[in-house]
Amino acid sequence: MSVVDEKWEPTVLAFCCHWCTYSGADLAGLNRMNYPANIRVLRVPCSGRVNPQYVLTAFNKGCDGVLVCGCHPGDCHYVSGNYYAKRRMMAFKRLLEYTGLEPERFQVRWISGSEAGKFRDTVVDFCEKVRALGPYTGGAVSLSEGLGAGAELGVGAELGVGAELPQGGDAQ
Amino acid sequence: MSRIGVFICHCGSNIAGTVDVARVVEAARSFPNVVVADDNKYTCSDPGQQSIKEAIVEYNLDRIVIASCSPRMHELTFRKMLKDTSINPYMLEIANIREQCSWVHKDIEAGTVKAIDLVKMATAKVDKDTPLFTTTIPINKRALVIGGGIAGMQAALDIADAGYPVTIVEAEPSLGGKMVMLDKTFPTMDCSACICTPKMADVGSHPNITVKTLSEVEQVSGYVGNFEVTIREKAKYVDYATCTGCGLCETKCPTKVASEFDQGLGQRKAIYKPFAQAVPSKPTIDAAHCRKLTSDKCGVCEKLCPTKAINFADEDKLTTETYGAIVVAIGYKLIDWGALYGEYGGGRYSDVISGLQFERLVNASGPTEGHITRPSDGTEPKTVAIIKCVGSRDPEKGRSYCSRACCMYGAKHAHQYLDKVPDGRCYVFYMDVRTPGKGYDEFYMNTQHDGAVYLRGRVSKIFEQGGKLICKGEDTLIGKQVEVAADMVVLETAMVPADAADRLGSMLGVTRDKDLWLSEAHPKLRPVETNSGGIYLAGTCQGPKDIPDSVAQASAAAMKVAILFSKDELESNAMIAGSDASLCNGCGACVNICPYSAITLEEVTRRENSRMVTRQVSRVNPGLCQGCGACTVACKPGAMDLKGFSDEQIMKEVEALCQW
Ligand SMILES: Cc1cc2nc3c(=O)[nH]c(=O)nc-3n(C[C@H](O)[C@H](O)[C@H](O)COP(=O)(O)OP(=O)(O)OC[C@H]3O[C@@H](n4cnc5c(N)ncnc54)[C@H](O)[C@@H]3O)c2cc1C
Repeated sequence: MSVVDEKWEPTVLAFCCHWCTYSGADLAGLNRMNYPANIRVLRVPCSGRVNPQYVLTAFNKGCDGVLVCGCHPGDCHYVSGNYYAKRRMMAFKRLLEYTGLEPERFQVRWISGSEAGKFRDTVVDFCEKVRALGPYTGGAVSLSEGLGAGAELGVGAELGVGAELPQGGDAQ
Repeated sequence: MSRIGVFICHCGSNIAGTVDVARVVEAARSFPNVVVADDNKYTCSDPGQQSIKEAIVEYNLDRIVIASCSPRMHELTFRKMLKDTSINPYMLEIANIREQCSWVHKDIEAGTVKAIDLVKMATAKVDKDTPLFTTTIPINKRALVIGGGIAGMQAALDIADAGYPVTIVEAEPSLGGKMVMLDKTFPTMDCSACICTPKMADVGSHPNITVKTLSEVEQVSGYVGNFEVTIREKAKYVDYATCTGCGLCETKCPTKVASEFDQGLGQRKAIYKPFAQAVPSKPTIDAAHCRKLTSDKCGVCEKLCPTKAINFADEDKLTTETYGAIVVAIGYKLIDWGALYGEYGGGRYSDVISGLQFERLVNASGPTEGHITRPSDGTEPKTVAIIKCVGSRDPEKGRSYCSRACCMYGAKHAHQYLDKVPDGRCYVFYMDVRTPGKGYDEFYMNTQHDGAVYLRGRVSKIFEQGGKLICKGEDTLIGKQVEVAADMVVLETAMVPADAADRLGSMLGVTRDKDLWLSEAHPKLRPVETNSGGIYLAGTCQGPKDIPDSVAQASAAAMKVAILFSKDELESNAMIAGSDASLCNGCGACVNICPYSAITLEEVTRRENSRMVTRQVSRVNPGLCQGCGACTVACKPGAMDLKGFSDEQIMKEVEALCQW
């Protein structure tokens, strides 16, 4: 990375599902834990709601790192949303990396409503890594615009109910 | 142009301690379409709410942002507040500047900058909020119970006693399930028939209960409060309206068949009641074995029947009715040990029997009138080996889970054997003894006092030698090989899901776990609900359990039904998915992805490019959609969106964060 403005602070966006990670983040607050203020949480009902297009937009508009967080596999409030998220995001992540994005800038994590500590640790670790990478200047991410993108990329549509749902096994 | 009001809460010093509220207010005033921004010591308090209500009137606001604690805390409070104003309760966004900001960041500068960002995002989102409305769904206060074992009967009785009509659909010719086959029940050893058959009679005679035996659910559509269910009542060849249940037909029927109720140890006729106290107390004809129906000979029952109730031309009857709630209680079956455990003879040795067969042997109304004798030669076995965990806790050959009731009924069988054959010897092979439950461990201890010898280890092989069944195994406590020469071996086999579980589960939108047990909505907090509204689980269809647990769960499921039926209408979730027919191309990706089967393809005729076009588009059922949004991402043309978390709203939040 080029020389960085000393006052530069990374902008980190986290899409968190309402039922698990968002409540885990609330619990971290209740326990007065500390983590970097760079993180901005955007609440979604389910990690399965996160369209890869949102992630693209976030990078294109100037985010330096993006997290997608949901319930642990098997614990989804909506039965299978996190499995869809897992498959979509994993395929999408490979694609982003192919376009030149550093893998550390985009992560998928499963954090439950009781894992305040895991939420804090994840944020601390993630922000540290993004800070070390410096500002995202990529612009490499210039995939198709428009909201069908997630499906267009073939990382959503085929995941029918019949799709094999892995038991256990954590993305991280 | 929207008119946004932004209200920042101090929460005493909870927020104001680490966030410069005045700066946040100042910043909010500069965001697009913000008409007023103000702060409040405690926004959730009565005066706090009052001042917002006044601002709404004074500034003619049409939507608001509240920056305060988590929406998980007070979103509902503020929605309720909006009900008394001109603003729709969903024209509200909360910026969480307490749990996710002031409480976790010590630095005032960083906290304030972040709070401003969070308010920015909420303001961008609220700008795109639209009024949302719940719809009401009527509730048909009639319940369907599938399965008439002890769990299904208990659920039906409780719902019926609460005053609602219930239909029980039972696949077999009689109610009762497994419990009525049992001899005595642990730990109290009361006779199973004595406590089960009165329940059956209560169900049969309850004015609010309709019993459909030899019946199955063929098709289910609809949603909570409004299930359309088609039931197939199989031909019985006996008109129950005229049959008096006198039993004359049965005595004269010339055909004998192995009795399912007696687990193949006894016989029944081709026209039969499975057991004396069956409910309904009327016979059915087994078409596969009846001479008249297979080869048009005989017909003696028809000639003898004093009320002319026999009808060889009887056919299956299909009926479709509407129910508001469904309780699934289809129970379990026992694992097919013969196919899996060749080392135990795979079914070749007639004196290696299952636990359920033992129940019939020891039962006074069973095929041997309660004398414990060997199926092969009718002699009394002097040495019995009981093997537990056959198919349970055996991931290689059987299932990985514990079947929960077998330790107790294994001890029961040992006790019953030693009671009836005082000079007999009884060995119990076990992996662990698991007896949690009231009076359970005491029961197991008593069985040991009775003289049952517990050997810790699995039996690796059973073979016949000199008229004995040699059980070769290991006693892991002394680390030695052991051999027991038994006259009879009882296998306590694993409970596995009923055959219908998978098909019924997919028909009802109830998920199955890795072993195909039906899944509850939450393993701790919602143990009898399923992920499909209005569908509940009772008894062993959810997982192995004993009678007390099955009954408790059944009453809980009945209570859930009664709660549902205590209202006339149900309010649907407002934040659900919706499809734009003009964009939808009818590909059906959303239909497949929906975990609630809430989306269907429907044919519509609409004007497109000044022509009338008839094509398929997706439609979301507001009664079924839970608002997860998984479908929205799968939608290629971008027709599907989620109300309250729309694509536009989320994109605006992202944009606001980065670019405002
Ligand atoms: C050998 C043995 C001994 C036992 N001893 C004891 C004991 O002493 N004490 C104790 O507490 N527990 C004991 N148990 C456990 C006990 O049997 C169960 O806990 C209990 O029977 C569970 O009741 P249920 O109603 O859930 O299931 P079930 O008894 O299996 O009843 C399910 C009912 O649903 C019906 N059905 C199935 N599929 C369909 C369909 N598609 N449509 C309509 N109907 C359908 C079945 O025909 C059946 O009538 C024992 C179990 C075994 C195997």
